[in-house]
Amino acid sequence: MDAAMTTDTQQPTARPSRTMPMAAPAVTSTSAAAAPTRIRLEHINAFYGQKQALFDVNLDIPDNTVTAFIGASGCGKSTLLRCLNRMNDTIPGAHVDGAIRMDGTDINSPEIDPVQVRTRIGMVFQKPNPFPMSIYDNIAYGPRTHKLYGSKADLDELVERSLRRAALWDEVKDRLNKSGLGLSGGQQQRLVIARTLAVSPAVILMDEPCSALDPIATAHIEALIDQLREHTCIVIVTHSMAQAARVSQRTAFFHMGKLIESGSTDQIFTMPKLDQTQDYITGRFG
Amino acid sequence: MNTPATPAIGARKIHPADTTFRLSLHAAGAIVVIVLLSILAIMFMGGKLAFDTFGLGFIWGTEWNPVTQIYGALPAITGTLVTAILALCIAWPIGFGIAFFLTETCPEKLRTPLGVAIELLAAVPSIVYGMWGFFVLAPFMSEYVQPWLTNTFLWIPPIGDSFFWFTAPPIGVGMLTAALILAVMILPFIAATTRDVLLSTPQLLKDGAYAMGATRWEALTGVVIPAVRGSLFGAVFLGLGRALGETMAVVFVIGNAIRMPDSLMAPSATIASVVANNFPEAEPGTLDLAVLLALGFILFVVSFGVLAVARLLLRQERMS
Amino acid sequence: MKQLTAATRARYFRRQLVDRIMGGLCIAAAGVGLILLALILWMLFSNGLGGLTLDVFTRPMSQPGSGGGLANAIVGSLLQVGVGAMIGAPLGMMVGVYLSEVGKGSRFASVVRFVNDILLSAPSVLIGLFVYQIAVLPFGGFSGIAGSIALALIAMPIVARTTEDILRLVPQAYRDGAIALGSRENEVVRKVVLPAAFGGILTGVLLAVARIAGETAPLLFTSLGNDVWSTDMTQPMASLPMAIVRYSNTPYPEWVSLAWTGAMLITVGVLVLNIASRFSYAAVAGKQGG
Repeated sequence: MDAAMTTDTQQPTARPSRTMPMAAPAVTSTSAAAAPTRIRLEHINAFYGQKQALFDVNLDIPDNTVTAFIGASGCGKSTLLRCLNRMNDTIPGAHVDGAIRMDGTDINSPEIDPVQVRTRIGMVFQKPNPFPMSIYDNIAYGPRTHKLYGSKADLDELVERSLRRAALWDEVKDRLNKSGLGLSGGQQQRLVIARTLAVSPAVILMDEPCSALDPIATAHIEALIDQLREHTCIVIVTHSMAQAARVSQRTAFFHMGKLIESGSTDQIFTMPKLDQTQDYITGRFG
Repeated sequence: MNTPATPAIGARKIHPADTTFRLSLHAAGAIVVIVLLSILAIMFMGGKLAFDTFGLGFIWGTEWNPVTQIYGALPAITGTLVTAILALCIAWPIGFGIAFFLTETCPEKLRTPLGVAIELLAAVPSIVYGMWGFFVLAPFMSEYVQPWLTNTFLWIPPIGDSFFWFTAPPIGVGMLTAALILAVMILPFIAATTRDVLLSTPQLLKDGAYAMGATRWEALTGVVIPAVRGSLFGAVFLGLGRALGETMAVVFVIGNAIRMPDSLMAPSATIASVVANNFPEAEPGTLDLAVLLALGFILFVVSFGVLAVARLLLRQERMS
Repeated sequence: MKQLTAATRARYFRRQLVDRIMGGLCIAAAGVGLILLALILWMLFSNGLGGLTLDVFTRPMSQPGSGGGLANAIVGSLLQVGVGAMIGAPLGMMVGVYLSEVGKGSRFASVVRFVNDILLSAPSVLIGLFVYQIAVLPFGGFSGIAGSIALALIAMPIVARTTEDILRLVPQAYRDGAIALGSRENEVVRKVVLPAAFGGILTGVLLAVARIAGETAPLLFTSLGNDVWSTDMTQPMASLPMAIVRYSNTPYPEWVSLAWTGAMLITVGVLVLNIASRFSYAAVAGKQGG
């Protein structure tokens, strides 16, 4: 448990860079004073039928922070992400042991309703997936399902607020009743984020949200993520280490279902404790 | 600044909406199965009197005499099988040709209209085919085709005089005419099903063949057909299943003579035509009705077998 | 470049020839198909159009020479097809939803799918006989309701199959999105999947209606047909197919003409429904494209 425990984020922003084969990209976001833990993962073991995908993962995910899961394909980072909002429940034969504690409750317990977990923990997928409905109906879907509003005016306001938070309002305010599928890829992903925000989740999970987008759209989304962490806890799975370095404050590195190392993004990218981490970061594999 | 604290996530409740949802859907599925089993059971019970009276020999009995109340199913069974298989032999090559044309050699612009035309043909109600057969084909057969067939083949002994060839008086109705109508009926069906099968072959297979310099025909016979052979047979069996049970197209042109046929041109009967023709006179509770229901049971069992085989062949390759 | 040997060239030409001949035969086959359709439509219209007067729609069936029409048959068909569709289509949709969304990998679902496929191609004469035994004999008489039940049993597997097929085409991404927002199973299906598939489901229903509109054999054993005007579904009921059967093999020219007109009307109705179903499918295909 020790090697994988989170290191403290008490260092000042700039570190003197050592002689490393690859200079880590500068992390511009400031590391705040230690943020409280939002989710604590304890002894997570995940199985797809007989095949084990995660081995004894222990991790703290702090609030108001962007935590990045990185690692080679198939290392289990997406599986772990999906554990957090009980999405693995929908896969027949999938099975997760261990405790996932949020606000004192173990949300992985079979006694807890996964539907309610998902109203507190939202998810954005790799390929933008707006529903084949109008933009307004897309955003309103969550609030309507969970009856989160009083009157139509309330709903209108909620839709507008969500779209503003997702930095999409100005672009779509004149065509709220047009289909969500008519937007560009980057806009669709922001629509999905707005849809997720409409139910006011405490945590947003993002599974490679930019891999289907062009660089400009990606930059928009990353800026948005940085704004969102002010009010939300964000966990992002990413293939791109540059993205992890740009956008996150904490990073966890996985390999073959095990958590190898986690710590502040700064530290992981400039001075990883384990050779394995360093090998991945410098592109020796994956 | 912390994110707003979340209210405690509650315990799992069983939601009545979901339960009703699942239950009602399962019930719908159950109804489907119950319907099939009921059909089999009720048909059998209805025809039980016939099986009790004649035993299993009912199936092989060749005499059908309402007056003496001696019934046998073999004439109807023979008529059904002969017309269906003959129809299949005629329809399958043409249907296959159409399917190949649609998928390979047809110019792009014609593809949709032709496909639509085939599907419209398949949608024409069977009674229309029956009328066409009765008013158009049967007279045509009796005036031109059948005399020609008789004259042409009669002088080739022993074909001319032997069983199942063209030796009956040319009255236009009979197994041959019925087979032709059936062929026309199942033609679009076979064309459409075969086209779907051919369309589902991966382009990669065909590209590989063309890359080696094969002609279209060679690519088809050498690569595509072997790859989808099972599904093609499935399509054929599906067409056979259709032809076996077809009623209205056949009932007008088969002549309704319930005896063992001695010629393709002789009036004959199929199970479906016997049932349809004799139903009005059959009183409930009598042997007359029971034999009809027994015939229906036999038809259902045969169709079931053919359709089950067809489905196995088609789904097997669809899934892989 | 090496000169091709005579043998190779000969073989090449022969292969081309085979290909050309086969190609030509296939064109001929397609021609046969088109000619058939044209012939049938021409036959229907040339014989049926002549008898198409207003009387056909306004006057019920009656004795030859007294100027009858097909009104009661048309109404009877509409009623039985309508009720049959109202029973069979929702049931079929539920089966389709079950097979695609809820049953998925279960063994029971495989059985249901198999049985549904058998029912789909089952001879309609047997459906008629079956309904005769359960809905006519026990109740002492033929009826429009029995006819509707028989038609419903034919429509149901068609709708089930097309519904399942179209639901499978709905991208899993939509379901995932809805689940991630905290929807329950029935909400995912009701609010996201079914609306997305609506056009395709409608196609299936239209196709099923087109099919049962033209069915004769099931009605032969259940609603029998009725020469007088009646909308009472507990009594024998007239229908276009039965009227055609009744009027076809008779020596009265007016009746034969009416039979042709009736056949033409049914065929036109069926073809229109088929074409309409294509537009419905195109509408949903367009939606998914975005």
